[in-house]
Amino acid sequence: MSHRSFVWLCLLPLAVVTAAFFLLPMARLVVTGAEGPQGAAGYLAILTEPRYRATLINTVALAAATTIVTLIVATIAGMFLQRHRFPGRAVLIAMLTFPLAFPGVVIGFLIILLAGRQGLIGDLSNRVLGEKLVFAYSIYGLFLGYLYFSIPRVILTIMAAVQKLDVGLEEAARSLGASPWAVQRDVVLPALAPAFVASGAIAFATAMGAFGTAFTLATNIDVLPMLIYTEFTLAANFSTSAALSVGLGIITWFILALARSFSGSAVAAAG
Amino acid sequence: MNASAGHGASVRIEACGKTFIDGTRALEPATLDIARGETLVLLGPSGCGKTTMLRIIAGLELPDAGGKVLFDGNDMTSVPIERRNVGMVFQSYALFPNMSVSDNIGYGLKIRGVPAKERAARVAELVALTNIAGLENRRIDQLSGGQRQRVALARAVAIRPGILLLDEPLTALDAALRDRLRGELNRLLRALGITTIYVTHDQAEAMELGDRVVVMQKGTIAQIGTPREIYFTPQSRFVAEFIGAANIIESPIENGYLVLPGGRQAIGIDANFPTVVAMIRPETIRVVETGSAPLSGVIDSISFIGDRQRLVISGVSNRLFTVDAPNTVQAKAGERVGLLISPEAVRLLPSES
Ligand SMILES: Nc1ncnc2c1ncn2[C@@H]1O[C@H](COP(=O)(O)OP(=O)(O)OP(=O)(O)O)[C@@H](O)[C@H]1O
Ligand SMILES: [Mg+2]
Repeated sequence: MSHRSFVWLCLLPLAVVTAAFFLLPMARLVVTGAEGPQGAAGYLAILTEPRYRATLINTVALAAATTIVTLIVATIAGMFLQRHRFPGRAVLIAMLTFPLAFPGVVIGFLIILLAGRQGLIGDLSNRVLGEKLVFAYSIYGLFLGYLYFSIPRVILTIMAAVQKLDVGLEEAARSLGASPWAVQRDVVLPALAPAFVASGAIAFATAMGAFGTAFTLATNIDVLPMLIYTEFTLAANFSTSAALSVGLGIITWFILALARSFSGSAVAAAG
Repeated sequence: MNASAGHGASVRIEACGKTFIDGTRALEPATLDIARGETLVLLGPSGCGKTTMLRIIAGLELPDAGGKVLFDGNDMTSVPIERRNVGMVFQSYALFPNMSVSDNIGYGLKIRGVPAKERAARVAELVALTNIAGLENRRIDQLSGGQRQRVALARAVAIRPGILLLDEPLTALDAALRDRLRGELNRLLRALGITTIYVTHDQAEAMELGDRVVVMQKGTIAQIGTPREIYFTPQSRFVAEFIGAANIIESPIENGYLVLPGGRQAIGIDANFPTVVAMIRPETIRVVETGSAPLSGVIDSISFIGDRQRLVISGVSNRLFTVDAPNTVQAKAGERVGLLISPEAVRLLPSES
């Protein structure tokens, strides 16, 4: 047996697994999406049908907002945690990363405890303002849940990237007269760009596809994964839910590719 | 070049010590004056506190309480580095990877709000001065070590700093390039005439570049002086051994003579001591016939260096003796030779060191 055919033989199991668990179901999904009463035009409905379109826009906006706010919060916190040594630091990091293991359901539950009808915020605002503030079941509750979900993941990535920053670069910029803000803008943020893209992509994709939190908070929120679920289980509308699934995948992929190409030059330069 | 010729600021470091938070005593309180336009070299072995002193002058490190840094007589101790107007070249160069060569050089000017046109002119001037024409649009990772060094220097000088601080700028380069750049750097520093503080652990670099050299040892200043003073009149055994090659002798003095296993050597003063430490530079010793010198020994080995040869001789003192002889001297290992040393070439050192 030649070396080459040996390699091919080794690749066979991978090929089988890929085909069985990835390519075939995907292909089936794509085909199913085009098997509705409208045929392949069923895909267009994602964009033309007002309810679908609104949900789509909601979802992308929510995921984008989650990503941006997560990056801001996690960058500031990660930079601080990595650069400073203070008592309780280890405990704080442990607490911040504690929700890593929580499924969406638990996150949803936490949001309800915080901002639900019997929630902490409601109690507090009732006492102070005489009005009960409840937003767990709105898009704000969901937004909060997604933040809760993605911040721990992003903080860890940012902390690792900050650790690798060359302090000499910051000192060099300062010696040239750069204020602390200018140092952040010209040296630190460009050097962290690859970490932003990597962790931001994960935060965005997670927020696009997260289901557990949305499901737990249920009322009056329309995001794509929920829509797919209702079309699939309640309306038994297989073709639409398949089309929506494919759409969800493509749109997420497309936006990530876009973000990557935008930051591409920065990433290459900082690499 | 005239446009960039300035004379910078004078620097005074007053009782500056440094103890790091972990308790490491990196620098004992030291006082040092650096004249306007002078090039001062901080020289010493690894870990002796050179970088620490440089960083205190730069404003990247705060001296322990009581320490003061003055530029032109003004107390700068609590002024942060970004307002000290110092140009700094780091050992790792610390060039910005997300900027081109010309953006790196122009960064300090951009921060100062210098208009783009003026900035470009200044960058072009420095590109010419540091000999990096043609590289302006390169990214940093597309440069060689020597080119990076030049860009780092150009960037530091672009802002017309009052003081130029260089931390082992040539250490990362290979030997041949280091020698070439050393000469180039020397001419450039002379031309700029800025007050310069240069850190190195290479004594050849210190000799060539420094108007004065500060030899440091374990956080203290062992000696300050011109390269000649440091070389010819070291004040301690440490300095004698660190700068160039030195034969260190421990022996008694009787009536103005060092009494050695290989003979007697005049020291030029009539004295008696039970024991002294003396230094003799290898190149001050002449190899002669055994009969015509008071000292003699047996050649242990010979290394031919090209412009001279280095003989290692045993039996002169209690340890091996190094002699630099002209490359024309005919000598063989195992041969007995006489050594002629003038009394002025013998330098007595404090014995406690
Ligand atoms: N941030 C720090 N915290 C604790 N100790 C430090 C710190 N920086 C330096 N030191 C210690 O202070 C001493 C002097 O360090 P410094 O960097 O000034 O030496 P150096 O003379 O520049 O050596 P080298 O030639 O190796 O660069 C060393 O013992 C070093 O370990
Ligand atoms: Mg150092």
